[in-house]
Amino acid sequence: MIEYALLFAAGCYGIALLLDLWRIAVGPDDADRILALDTMVINVIALLVLYGVWRGTAIYFEAAMLIAMVGFVSTVAYCRFLLRGDIIE
Amino acid sequence: MSFTAELLISAALVVSGIFGFVGSYGLVKLKNTLQRLHAPTKATTLGVGGVLIASMIFFYIETGHISVHELLISLFLFLTAPITANFIAKAYLARNVRPKDLPSSDGEYGWSVYDDPPEAGSDR
Repeated sequence: MIEYALLFAAGCYGIALLLDLWRIAVGPDDADRILALDTMVINVIALLVLYGVWRGTAIYFEAAMLIAMVGFVSTVAYCRFLLRGDIIE
Repeated sequence: MSFTAELLISAALVVSGIFGFVGSYGLVKLKNTLQRLHAPTKATTLGVGGVLIASMIFFYIETGHISVHELLISLFLFLTAPITANFIAKAYLARNVRPKDLPSSDGEYGWSVYDDPPEAGSDR
């Protein structure tokens, strides 16, 4: 039963990634694109954890943790660039 | 693995998948940027929380230990999602909305997106 639930959740997050990609392509404003990138980072974290559960190994949590941190910092850096025209003043 | 545990993990996975999908669907479906800000920052974060709960139960039953990594990831995500939402909203306001279109802030200075707060405060 867990296999089917894993497959369903992975399919949901895969379709979600495609929808985010569409929003990055057409997004009328730069804020939309940053938001879609941030959502992609969160979806990829979910996919990594799902893969870790599927393989039964805990080694992917380190990667998920790193992606979470780098994703947060990159989102803040993009927004700061839009706000101030500079990242480190 | 007992049937109850399998049912619990599968339910958490299915619910979190639906939450993640709804978040991204709202990102595509809603009409303007400030509305679109709501769907991913709330629904997708909740969805990842569901995945992490499922994996915590799974690894507790598999190995007998509670792994703290999932708790760290979910804590980090739940802390940073409001901050990124605030930053994105500020970037959108600074680029697309002029200060005179907004209601007055009823304070001594304008909205902090546009004006720096005064230097006189003693807590800086």
